Amino acid sequence: MAEPAAKLRTVNLNIHYGDFWALKNVTATIGAHRLTSLIGPSGCGKSTLLRAFNRMNDLIPRCRVEGRIELDGQSLSGPGLAVTTLRRRVGMVFQRPNAFPLSILENVVYGPVIHRAARGRDLVAIAERCLSAVGLWPEVKDRLDGEALALSPEQMQRLCIARAIAVEPEVLLMDEPCSALDPISTLRIETLMRDLSRRYTVLVVTHNMQQAARISDETGFLLLGELVEMGPTAELFTRPRDRRTEDYVTGRYG
Amino acid sequence: MSPPKSHISAELEQELTFLKARILEMAGLVGAHVAGAVAAMVSGDVAAARSLVAADRQVNQAELLIDERCIRILALRQPAASDLRFVAAALKMVTDLERIGDLAVKMAEQVPHLSPAAPLGAAQALPGMAAEVEGMLRDVLTAFVDVDPKKAEQVIAADPPIDALAARLIEQVESEIRRDPSVVRAGVATIFFVTHIERIADHATNVAEMIIYLARGQDVRHPDLT
Repeated sequence: MAEPAAKLRTVNLNIHYGDFWALKNVTATIGAHRLTSLIGPSGCGKSTLLRAFNRMNDLIPRCRVEGRIELDGQSLSGPGLAVTTLRRRVGMVFQRPNAFPLSILENVVYGPVIHRAARGRDLVAIAERCLSAVGLWPEVKDRLDGEALALSPEQMQRLCIARAIAVEPEVLLMDEPCSALDPISTLRIETLMRDLSRRYTVLVVTHNMQQAARISDETGFLLLGELVEMGPTAELFTRPRDRRTEDYVTGRYG
Repeated sequence: MSPPKSHISAELEQELTFLKARILEMAGLVGAHVAGAVAAMVSGDVAAARSLVAADRQVNQAELLIDERCIRILALRQPAASDLRFVAAALKMVTDLERIGDLAVKMAEQVPHLSPAAPLGAAQALPGMAAEVEGMLRDVLTAFVDVDPKKAEQVIAADPPIDALAARLIEQVESEIRRDPSVVRAGVATIFFVTHIERIADHATNVAEMIIYLARGQDVRHPDLT
């Protein structure tokens, strides 16, 4: 199979939080329209790497970022790319479904409204498109004015994904998007993630190795801030190249 | 330095150790049955040959147990990397071991037709050929215990000479039958015997290929297709 075009890339990325060296010389390529998982024990740097791609780490005091981070070959830290533009192009979905205390409709179209990209009847059209894409439209189409916070956790996570795609991003970053969900909801969100990866580049952080194995095309394993190994998921789980990956995926890493 | 083991992985470790021990037992058993069939043939001991036919039951029981444990580990532990390769290899190896057991039975069934008093010329080469193949079985067992792909490669390399020897012996039986048609029954039995030993070497080769997969994650079967 041909190498997919690089959508996201880091070259010798180093991130420090004060004295803590969170990412160590990470050079990684995330292929366009691929679903890529990052796995590794807690504190290994996988969320830090994920957040680097839409400059979420900038918000953390004493965080120092060195090295290159690229979107479509363009540096994220250069003058050409404003953070607001970056975050429109690179959307994010969090661990806990963080619906706003607004109506379902207002939640979905929050981005387009903020970016002044649409108004009026267009907003309902956007809501229908995005809620349909996440499989929520049939359930909520008759109560778009209803409270988003009244939805079930799975519905709320679908709503957050709909909100993320409403601004038509190119990349979706997902930080443990299923960890607050039950197994059935998890399976449905995983199916949605697979569907989304056809249209978007999806990068997921997960604690669940089986989830990474089930859903992703590529998997990266991080340990103590180092990207130990990254490659096709089937290879990483059947014949990892690095002893540390072997120990982790076989459950021998204590 | 080996990392600390968690409780769950210790359980998996135990299950894999148990599985390995059962595979070794089964391999030991079929090795003994092959040796027994050859010994019965050499001595013309029909009773010993018959007891081997009954003993195959144990081999079949071992196959069922190993299969069951493999499926259980796959379902409950979701093994990955070398653990996954081990279980996958075990599932395939067990089929080859079971077939070797069946072939030992088939060899034993030919014993009544192979009179040691007046053997064919070709039949005199059988113990030597069988000893070679028994050596392959021992080596493949050692390769499995030590997860030694080099040893497994030696087993694979030993197979073509066995194939060539089998072809030569079959030709020899043919010409012996042509010279003296009264030996046709013994001739057919000898051909069966030769063919079964040759097949056992093939199964040993399959097991050796699985050991290389287990050790290196590399599939060495059918190099023309990869």
